[in-house]
Parts: sequence; C-alpha cells; structure tokens
Amino acid sequence: MPSKAAVSRLSTLGRWRLAEILFWLAAAASVPLLTEHHLVLTEIAIIALFAVSLDLILGYAGIASLGHTAFFGAGAYAAGLFAIHVTNDPLLGLVAGAAAAAVLGFATSFLVLRGADLTRLMVTLGVALVLGEIANKAGKITGGADGLQGVFMAPILGRFEFDLFGHVGYVYSLVVFFVLFVVARRIVVSPFGLSLLAIRDNPLRARAIGIPVNTRLTAIYTISAAIAGVAGALLAQTAQFVSIDVLAFHRSADALLMLVIGGTGYLYGGIVGAVAFKVLQEILSVWTPQYWTFWIGAILVAIVLIGRQRIGNGVMGIWARLLGKGGAA
Amino acid sequence: MFRRTILRGALAAAALAGASFGAAAQEPIRIGLILPLTGPFSTTGKQISAAANLYVAQQNATVAGRKVELLIRDDTGTADVTRRIAQELIVNNKVTAIAGFGLTPLALATAPLATQAKTPMVVMAAATGIITERSPFIIRSGQVVPQIAYPFGTWVAQQGMKRVVTIVSDYGPGHDVETFFSDAFKKAGGNVENIRVPLANPDFSPFLQRVADAKPDALLVFVPSGVGSQFMKQFVERGLDKSGIKLIGTGDVTDDDILNSMGDAALGVITAHHYSAAHNSPTNKAFVEAFGKANGGLRPNFMAVGGYDGMHVLFEGLKKTNGEGGEKLVDAMKGLAWESPRGPISIDAETREIVQNVYIRRVERVGGELYNIEFATIPNVKDPSKIK
Repeated sequence: MPSKAAVSRLSTLGRWRLAEILFWLAAAASVPLLTEHHLVLTEIAIIALFAVSLDLILGYAGIASLGHTAFFGAGAYAAGLFAIHVTNDPLLGLVAGAAAAAVLGFATSFLVLRGADLTRLMVTLGVALVLGEIANKAGKITGGADGLQGVFMAPILGRFEFDLFGHVGYVYSLVVFFVLFVVARRIVVSPFGLSLLAIRDNPLRARAIGIPVNTRLTAIYTISAAIAGVAGALLAQTAQFVSIDVLAFHRSADALLMLVIGGTGYLYGGIVGAVAFKVLQEILSVWTPQYWTFWIGAILVAIVLIGRQRIGNGVMGIWARLLGKGGAA
Repeated sequence: MFRRTILRGALAAAALAGASFGAAAQEPIRIGLILPLTGPFSTTGKQISAAANLYVAQQNATVAGRKVELLIRDDTGTADVTRRIAQELIVNNKVTAIAGFGLTPLALATAPLATQAKTPMVVMAAATGIITERSPFIIRSGQVVPQIAYPFGTWVAQQGMKRVVTIVSDYGPGHDVETFFSDAFKKAGGNVENIRVPLANPDFSPFLQRVADAKPDALLVFVPSGVGSQFMKQFVERGLDKSGIKLIGTGDVTDDDILNSMGDAALGVITAHHYSAAHNSPTNKAFVEAFGKANGGLRPNFMAVGGYDGMHVLFEGLKKTNGEGGEKLVDAMKGLAWESPRGPISIDAETREIVQNVYIRRVERVGGELYNIEFATIPNVKDPSKIK
C-alpha cells in the first residue's frame, strides 16, 4: 500500500511549476529582446537540446556515454545529405536526422546493454570514433575533412526564409527545442520514465519487480539518440553545412560538462549548463581570445569545489547561509 | 527567470564593452580576424594575430584617414563556430572585411556567407586549392598547397632523383601534397610510391621500415606541424639518415615555429616553401626584428607572414577605395603587387590567389639556431591547379 504522500508526489510530478513557465516565457522574450544575439542563442538552443538528450540516458537511465555525439553527427550528416540529395525542406530534414540517429541508436543500444559503466564509456566512445573515421574516409559522400558543402535550405513551411541575421534560424531552433523538451518532459514523468529511475537506482531490484530492464533501456537510448539527431540536424540546417567536427570527441565531452555544471536528472540541467557554458565562453573569449580556456577551467573547478549540486540550489544555499538561516534551500 | 536575466545582463555588458571602443567622431573601419587561438591549432592563431597586430600598429591603426579596429575572435578550430562568429561580426559589428581562417573547413564553411553578405574575406592560412573558387569575395594571402608541392616535384626530378617514397598524414592537405608532388614528379620521369599514415597518434616505425626496404633516393614527408619533430626523431633512430635516403618535404615539416626544438635530427632536410625567417632581404630582416620585439623574441613563421601580408592587402585595398568595402574592395585588392618579407608577391587578378616565389631550402645551423636556408628559387609560381 503506497503512502498518501508518495501518491500525491507522483500525481503532481508532471505539473508545470511557476519557475518553469517563467523560464520558457523568458526564453520566448529573448526573441524580440535579444535580436543582436540570435546567432549565439541558436547555438545555445542546439547544444542545450543535445545536452537534454544526454540527460535522458545519463540522468534518468544511468547510462554514462562518452560518445553521444555519434547521434548528433549522424543527425547532422543525415539532414545535410537529405537536403542535398532528396529535398531541402527543413522539417522533413529534421525527420530524416531523427530517423537516422534513431536507427543508429537502436542498433548500438545492444552493445551498450552488454556492459557496466566503464564498458559503456568505452563502447560509446568507440562508436563515435568509428563513425568519425567513416565520415573522414567516405569523402565522396560526406566531404571528408573539408566538411559537407552546398547545403541550402528551403524556407520553413515554404514561408520563412533563413536570413543572414539568424532571426528565423533562432525562432525555428527554439520552437523545435521547446517541442522536443515537452516530449522529453512528458516521457520522464510517465510510468515509463519512473521505471527508468528504478533501473538507474537498482537494476537487479527493478528486474525482480518485473520491469523489462533491457527493453526499457533500448527504448530510452533510441529516443535519446533521435533527439540528439534532431539537434544535429538543426545545426546542419542553420549553419547550412556539416563539418566532420560534429563527430569529434569534444562535443560529447562538452555535453557531459554542461550536465556537470547544470546537474543531471531534471532536464533543465542541460539547459542551465549550456547557457552558462556558452555565455561564459562568449564573454571570456571576446575579452581574452587566447586565454579564455584558463578562466573557464578555473570557474569549473570553483563550481565543483562549491559543491556538486545544481547551480540553482548552490546559489540558493549560499544565499541562505548569508542570511544566516542555515542551509535550508 | 534569474538565469535569463544574468544572460541578458552579461550579453548587454559584452555589447557595451564592444561599443565603447568606437566612440570616435567617425566610425572606425572594423576588420574581423577569426582564428583558432585555443585547441590543437592555436600556434597558427597566435602567429597570425601577432603579425596582424604588428602590421596595424606599424600603420598607427589608420587607413584612408580613418581609425582601424581589429576584432580578434577565437573559433577554437571548429567550423560552425567560425561561421557563426563571422556572421556576428558582419551583422552586429558591421565589419568591412573578415580575415584569418586557420584551416580549410573553417574557410569553406564561411565562404557562402562572404558571398551572401558581400563581405571581402582574406584567407591567411588555409591552403586547399578550392577555397578561392567558393566565393568571388575571397582573396588568399597565405599559400596554396599545389603551388608548393607541384614545382617541388619538378625540381626534385631535375636533381636526378628517380625514385621517391611519400609519407603523408591521411587528411585533406596531406592528400593534396601527395597528389601534386607525385603528378609533377611522374611527369618529369620519376617513380613514386605513396604511403598514408593515420592523422592521430602516428607511430611511423612500420612505415619507415617499408621505406628502408624500398631504398628510394628520397623520402617526402608531410605531417601536421606538431608531429614533425616526432617523425624526425624516428627517422634518425632507425638510422635512415645514414642510409643515403634524403629527407625532403614541404616547409610545413620544418616550420620556423618549432624547427629549433627538433634539434640536429632536422639538419640537412630539404624543403620547398614560400617563406623562411632566414630569407635574405632588408624587408624581412626588419619584419623578423619587429615581430620578435613585439612578441618576446618569437620567430615568425609562414603563418605570420600570411597574416602580415593579408593585412597589407586589406590596407592597400582600403586606401584605394577610400575606406569603402564590398565588391569595390575586392576589386581594389585584385592585382596588387608588393615586396613582402617573403619576397616579391602579388594577388592574381583573375583567381584572387597569391602569386609568389617558391624557395628550396636546407636546414642549417646559423649562430646556434636552426634555420631553413634558401639556396634555389622558383620565381612567380601561380597555383598550378588553376592554370590548366
């Protein structure tokens, strides 16, 4: 017999909180208010979506991956090639990117299921490296190290053309991001999502109470891959080319880093991390183009030292301590 | 909510910091310089930004009676970042021209943007042939791979060498060197065997063993500049330096920036390139001295000279157009000819490619330091891939 508190907690899990609504309103407000920064905001939206997809498997299913960019890259190349060879409609391109990444995610999920944490790190890393080398070798198809050139996108829905200022690209990326975020949010509060948490916390016990562990993990891995694929497709479409760098290790590492900054297992961690990381990078690299990585590093160390909580909680905790009310954040 | 506020505040602060520079009565001419200043290709960015800063300082940051402002940005060597920064510089900072571009994919990614925005784009480092064909707004001030490799192939054959083995890193520029050198060498009656080695973490020993067995007259090598010293070491360790096989290459291998750290292993290596810090001319002596003085004794390499000349092209063009940009500036830059630290050079009016001398050099010890000493010159080489 579940306790009343637990039941009410579960039933309110999916409810939108005020802070969340305000957050998305603020994001929407950035469209008219921050017109000068739409280009970097587009990049932030894309990597935030990528980080959210990683959070789905890392924060909810406990699958640590060092090669998540395999799906980002697969989506980017699929969308780029789709635009060149089939049709340059952006929305269909997103579907193509998602599909390619999902197929790849489904196929490689069986490799990932075979091992525990360390094995998974290596397997995921390996998959991304292999893909990177394939993209490099298949120069006739992918453009190799020079990148895939000649991606031209048709206007979105036949009406909104991608402009030089990046306004359309930003609104487009933000809308796609929001829609997929809502989907991801729905998934994690559903019974399916809750079963993932059970698997993450204790796979043996989860199996014992009848959760089909492997099927669930395959499913979330595939979903996560598809979302990462859409993020890659967005990059290919807004940048109108694909460089081989989409499969580079540093993309996977950056996504992990953003989750470390923002915290895992609540979806917003990826967004907070992406915003914090990119804004810091933007300010520091303009201020000191040669040495900004030093300052980023110093700030990261500081974050880890202050506590590995979510940034929000950390700030609240310090605030509370300053007010002398103890750490009741 | 407060996260967004922080973001907005921070971005606003950054924008203010940017705007406060341009408080002069007349709008300054802004030039965006996009370079890999961090990451594996950071030396490229450091050399070019140092040289560009030097040039601007030497001109008192003024051209055609207006102030010049150099906006230096780090793209970390990532193509989509390069493109995004270029876009921001054009749209938000209203730059008259963009310059830099450390690697081919970075330049290729930005090329459509230059066309779309009608912004002149000076490519200072990236060296693949196709770049200038991707936009009529691109001018090249560095070098083109075939420009070096092709005449070198011919020259090597003229020295009476019959068989050469090439070892190149398995990526775009490596393939270019292999193709163009081999073409020229075969055309001159030579025999070539091509070996490609992985770009990342190469262990050369199995490949060097193959070379030792083949006993060619010479071994041509092209690897990214950092890996060069590793290659030299293994070449000497295997005793290949005493086997009579000559080590040759394009000047990237004996890059001035790292040549000194290679030690005696590099002595006697013969390379072809467009610039050596030891180039014997008053212009170059003044350049090397000023560059060293401004950068704590750093020796300029071919990247630096590409950046220095790139700024010169822009300044001369702006003088002609009286500060105007766009198509007019590109036209003004076409056909320019002058004496650069590397020797006499010009911008081909038709292809917008640099035309320059290619020098054959040997690594020698001069005054305790290793230098590429030029001993033969192939004058006024145009990019052979665009002649046909």
